[in-house]
Amino acid sequence: MDMINLTIDNRPVSVERGTSVLQAASQIGINIPSLCYMKLEDLNIENKPGGCRVCVVEVEGRRNLAPACCTDVSEGMVVKTHSMRAIHARRTVVELILSDHPTDCLKCAKAGNCDLQSLAQYLGIREIHYEGEQSTFREDTSPAIIRELDKCIRCRRCEMMCNEVQSVGALSAINRGFNAVVSPAFEMNLDHSVCTYCGQCVAVCPTGALTEVDNTGAVIRALSNPDKTVIVQTAPAVRAALGEEFGNEPGTLVTGKLAAALRRLGFNYVFDTDFAADLTILEEGTELLNRLTAYLGGDKEVKLPMLTSCCPAWVKFFEHQFPELKDIPSSARSPQQMFGSIAKSYFADKIGVNRKDLVVVSIMPCVAKKYECSREEFSVNGNPDVDFALTTRELAHLINLANIDFKSLPDEDFDQPLGESTGAGVIFGTTGGVIEAAIRTAYEVFTGKKLERLDFTELRGMEGLRRATIDFDGLPIHIGIAHGLGNARKLLEDIQQGKSQFHAIEIMSCPGGCIGGGGQPYHHGDAEILKKRQMAIYREDAGKPIRKSHENPYITKLYEEFLGSPMSEKAHHLLHTEYFDRSKSER
Amino acid sequence: MPKIKLSQRTIEIVKEICSTFENNEGELINVLHEAQHKLGYLPAEVQELIANELNMSVAKVYGVVTFYSFFNMIPQGEFPISVCMGTACYVRGAEQILHEIKRQLNIEVGQSTPDGKFSLNCLRCVGACGLAPVVMVGEKVYGRVAPQQIRKIIAEYQEGCVRPERHEM
Repeated sequence: MDMINLTIDNRPVSVERGTSVLQAASQIGINIPSLCYMKLEDLNIENKPGGCRVCVVEVEGRRNLAPACCTDVSEGMVVKTHSMRAIHARRTVVELILSDHPTDCLKCAKAGNCDLQSLAQYLGIREIHYEGEQSTFREDTSPAIIRELDKCIRCRRCEMMCNEVQSVGALSAINRGFNAVVSPAFEMNLDHSVCTYCGQCVAVCPTGALTEVDNTGAVIRALSNPDKTVIVQTAPAVRAALGEEFGNEPGTLVTGKLAAALRRLGFNYVFDTDFAADLTILEEGTELLNRLTAYLGGDKEVKLPMLTSCCPAWVKFFEHQFPELKDIPSSARSPQQMFGSIAKSYFADKIGVNRKDLVVVSIMPCVAKKYECSREEFSVNGNPDVDFALTTRELAHLINLANIDFKSLPDEDFDQPLGESTGAGVIFGTTGGVIEAAIRTAYEVFTGKKLERLDFTELRGMEGLRRATIDFDGLPIHIGIAHGLGNARKLLEDIQQGKSQFHAIEIMSCPGGCIGGGGQPYHHGDAEILKKRQMAIYREDAGKPIRKSHENPYITKLYEEFLGSPMSEKAHHLLHTEYFDRSKSER
Repeated sequence: MPKIKLSQRTIEIVKEICSTFENNEGELINVLHEAQHKLGYLPAEVQELIANELNMSVAKVYGVVTFYSFFNMIPQGEFPISVCMGTACYVRGAEQILHEIKRQLNIEVGQSTPDGKFSLNCLRCVGACGLAPVVMVGEKVYGRVAPQQIRKIIAEYQEGCVRPERHEM
């Protein structure tokens, strides 16, 4: 390995050629403040436009200051990261950024979580010496994401996520100079663009320029209305991340406290999306087996590979970009929507409440879920199956607002009948989890044999594209897994060209799957957090007494009492959906 | 922005330009340059078509079109007038020149006269700083322009000039 020796702040350091000064410093524990720079280790995600100039350092023998994020180390280099000259420049840079930034921090959605705010605090900015015109842009509201571009600092992290990681291409830097900003084509609104609402732009935005639509007010109104029965479902990935908002270490499981907090917030029934995840496996798993059986029986028309359909951003992605493949994904609705549909039919009947008086709230790690529940096909006579989707962050805010001391809450259970779940439902929260859950059920149904081992480690991990072959008692089943829509695109292009050898493919839009969702506590560029959440999910699964969806007794009961069998006409009506060609509908 | 429908001929022209550059994303600027040369301007529909042909996002195409002041999204007048607002021209009175043109044509920057004869834009530096302030009409450069000369320059184009050849969309 080609090593370079240099000195940073009087300390000798030896790093690989091609390392940036910023990373070399970080290797010996020296933190150089930065703003536009972001790197998610192991996920191959890096943003270093070198645009903000906050990370400038002094390099001996160099006339001007060097941006540490995009200056490579060189032999014998002598770097001073915190010389008075560097500090002075850094403060000037931040003052200049602030001179064109709204000062409404008191009511900004990002207050307390804003990288620009933290930086201004750290640098002790008390006065802005530059006064002048401020750039103003029109606010853009969509079903899931709000853009307040007056707060955009042109770091272009969102653009990088949208284009390089997700390959969606909704956002680009447009205009130049003072009018430069990140926007969809022709400055159209996000809801007219190819945006999937994956929310990865929101997850990395350092300021309040990109935030989720806030539904906490609507939920508070529902909870304070005595005429409404308000029930809640909570997605698997939420329990592996919510604790972070209350000072728990990343990877702390807070399932019991989550249920307790929701009960104290006043929800009449506290249920679990994991229940609906188990239900999804019964429907989607059966669909996969039907397609496989038809294929093995010589049916050449059958659509394989089958793609999962739990992720609303992924659904919108293929509707825009691969509409000709819209028959390939499973027709099964997502767990959020299956839950809503069952809650407003089966459960509403059970407790004798009209669906109009039943409010279904979901807690999701996701921004796109807000959009999903607004899709027309998921409502009956204008009444949506899921009324409001809150992100993990919004729930944390509600818990604080209600003065609930989260950390001292007792562990409580979910209510029945829609709160019982298996380990298979839990792992829906991570990349690889949905397909592993499906395999656990499909294997036993297909072969009629009991699985020897439940942990399919070959399906697990963090690589963006993974493949594995599972032996179905002599029949090899080829599985593909992609997380991040850019990776999904590669698998879809293979299918388009007839090169795909897979029987089933799992796709999740966000890096890491739902644990890395756009609605999760901000990771501020620390990818280790995602891995810890993933480990927590598998821990929760391992600790569950039942770990296969088809063994969930309440699922069995639901089919006996109400649905009949998987893929029955009633199940089809309530639990399946269709997809639309959106390539032409909007620009 | 009103939607227009591209004629079959326009679609063919744009596709042909793209294929000349092997539908290579890296040739975007050349493609846009050529398209504007042939069509006069780059409406949204043309940008969408180009994005499609080069297999890139239309947001990126729009980003490039809006970055370079050379590219236009609205039809230009028969004689597009550009006032250089680069540093040298600016300090030598480009602002007064611009004001005078706006006054005489009764249009704002980015607009065209109702008869479609003139359009007005600003640009940054044509590389003739020694001649500052500089005004361009079509491809002709006027140097050391004074506000009093504007009337004469415009009059040159008022009648009897040949219309530059351009494909109608």
